[in-house]
Amino acid sequence: MQSRTQIVAIIGAAVLLLVVLELVRRRRLLERYALLWLLSAVVLLGLASWRDGLEKVARTIGIVYPPNALFLIGIGFILLLLLHFSSAVSRLSDQTKVLAQRLALLEERVRRSEQWTPPGDEVPRLFEDQVLERTHRD
Amino acid sequence: MMNPRASYLAVVPAYNEAATIESVVESIHGHAPLFDVLVVDDGSTDSTAEIARRTRAHVLALPFNLGIGGAVQAGFVYARDNGYDYMAQIDGDGQHDPAELGKLFDAMSTGNSIDMVCGSRFLTSEYEYPAPISRRTGIHFFAFLLSRIVDGRVSDPTSGFRLYNRRAIELFARDYPHDYPEVEAVLMLHHHRLRMCEVPVQMYARGGGNSSISTGKSAYFMIKVLLALLVGLARRRPVVDPGDHAPVTAEQGV
Repeated sequence: MQSRTQIVAIIGAAVLLLVVLELVRRRRLLERYALLWLLSAVVLLGLASWRDGLEKVARTIGIVYPPNALFLIGIGFILLLLLHFSSAVSRLSDQTKVLAQRLALLEERVRRSEQWTPPGDEVPRLFEDQVLERTHRD
Repeated sequence: MMNPRASYLAVVPAYNEAATIESVVESIHGHAPLFDVLVVDDGSTDSTAEIARRTRAHVLALPFNLGIGGAVQAGFVYARDNGYDYMAQIDGDGQHDPAELGKLFDAMSTGNSIDMVCGSRFLTSEYEYPAPISRRTGIHFFAFLLSRIVDGRVSDPTSGFRLYNRRAIELFARDYPHDYPEVEAVLMLHHHRLRMCEVPVQMYARGGGNSSISTGKSAYFMIKVLLALLVGLARRRPVVDPGDHAPVTAEQGV
């Protein structure tokens, strides 16, 4: 790999790694989601700086121009991350559905218990003092 | 036929059905007085929930639109939690006639261990509302497919006019499909060795509002349900049973 391409690749992968680490440090990214990002940044950084390794990988999968192997691996990680997000979104929407249902069920229960009047209390009471009066008499 | 000691719930999923919801609820109360009515307002933007609250119906107001599957499942959960023995499902748009609830009920009480009864619009020779042609193609296609899979004739698998017993209520409260749930529900029932049958009913053109399935969406409907059916067949255990891993798993990492 030409040294200029290599420098750009190293800088790119290093910046990615630093940004991910910084996001985790500031609690803007959960570790659970950062893991895959960290893995891809580390692998890309490793292959970008270790020239022989990249050439070996490229030769193994039949790629003539080694930087293309770097692109291919990068794209692989992107697909993996997208799939990971789709599964996370699916899980979230399922959880949201359950929460919405529970909320509606609870609201209905609260509404019903607020409307409930004790038996033998036909006249709806309008004011609090009526309640007090009654309890006193009782 | 109805046992007055058992408890009955009619679930009416409604999305922007302010025009018809009141008459549907009144009609259920009139034709099937033993049924409690639960209107599930699926995040309507009109006054469906307020109008339903003015009737004697119980109302579940979902905070946003979950789609028919999520709305009906809320009904199943309500029926399960409140110990109802039977639950009917009737659309809020006036498509189904509550006067025919009795027919569904007779089929359930006479048939041997029937867990779900579906009202089918295709079992009579002259039907009033056959649905647009694009949708009908899809319905017949899935009817054909399901009839092969479940070994029994299924003529109207998308019908939302249904009656469930306690076993079906508990099954569907646990797990109910998302988008176009009726077809998949038939398959789920089959996988759990529950039984269903169909009875002929009339269906009518909608009283107002818009159908959840427009003509343009029919293709999407077919593909999505087909995918769901195939995935359902590929699963060893299509439904989550008590003790299984939750489908919504908490945090397993990558």
